[in-house]
Amino acid sequence: MSNAVSALEGASYQGFAQVREMGLQGMITLRGDFDNAIFKKTLKLISGCNVPALRELNHSKSGTVVWMSPDELLVLCAYDKAQVVTEKAVKQFAKTHSMAVNVSDARAVFTITGNGAREVIAKLAPVDMAAFKKNEIRRTRLAQVPAAFWVSDDDQITIVVFRSVAQYVFDLLKTAAAKGGEVGFIY
Amino acid sequence: MLIFECPYCGVKAEETELHAGGEAHLTRHGAGASDDDLKSYLFMRKNPKGVHFERWQHANGCGKWFHAARCTMTLEVFGTYSAQTFEPPAELVKKIKKKRPDWEGWT
Repeated sequence: MSNAVSALEGASYQGFAQVREMGLQGMITLRGDFDNAIFKKTLKLISGCNVPALRELNHSKSGTVVWMSPDELLVLCAYDKAQVVTEKAVKQFAKTHSMAVNVSDARAVFTITGNGAREVIAKLAPVDMAAFKKNEIRRTRLAQVPAAFWVSDDDQITIVVFRSVAQYVFDLLKTAAAKGGEVGFIY
Repeated sequence: MLIFECPYCGVKAEETELHAGGEAHLTRHGAGASDDDLKSYLFMRKNPKGVHFERWQHANGCGKWFHAARCTMTLEVFGTYSAQTFEPPAELVKKIKKKRPDWEGWT
């Protein structure tokens, strides 16, 4: 087996908020009809969660489920379990019009930690970060590339982007979080 | 700046999050159609000064296509609705008619 590495191998930057690439994260995309019984059962089986409400996250001991679109969910789990879990889901979906794909290696995950975390995002995305609630997920753009993010803790935001743009996003976040760049408007 | 509410994810998305898809409710004439029909499907667009029905995609978001009704002159947005329809919802048409009494209708 090859040695799996994440896009930026845990690079970090300390500005007025801390930007960190989070390393390997298991991520599974599920697509299907949320009302389908087999879909719901499979989701429960692999993540321990129910289907989240519109633009929300659901957590359990064994995983997190993120609402991505009306027919798409993202399941977060341990990186080394992702492939096995995906296969389990694919087996369940054999007779339904649903899909499970292991996208762990196609994505990169960042966190911004600190008081100004919301401010860093506010500089880059067309989102009202002052009104952005905890446990809410937003798919949007960061400058020129698509991204998804949510508030994972009071002063922490988790961002998921395509792996191919990981360096671009890291550079963006570094600039937005640079010391002296505080706006001090959103806390 | 145009702001549309995506009917699928409920986000009030501004223009940079969206991708414009041109005029809505076109009849697609394909193989076997008459030359006139194919010509009108490919090239003939209303291009009105006023109320216009359009297709938009929430590209940097949930990725879904939806319909929107707006005014091409004032950029006023009348409403957005699902893509799974052949015509605008009656309620929306009524609302536009009320706001623009001399509007000739959507067809």
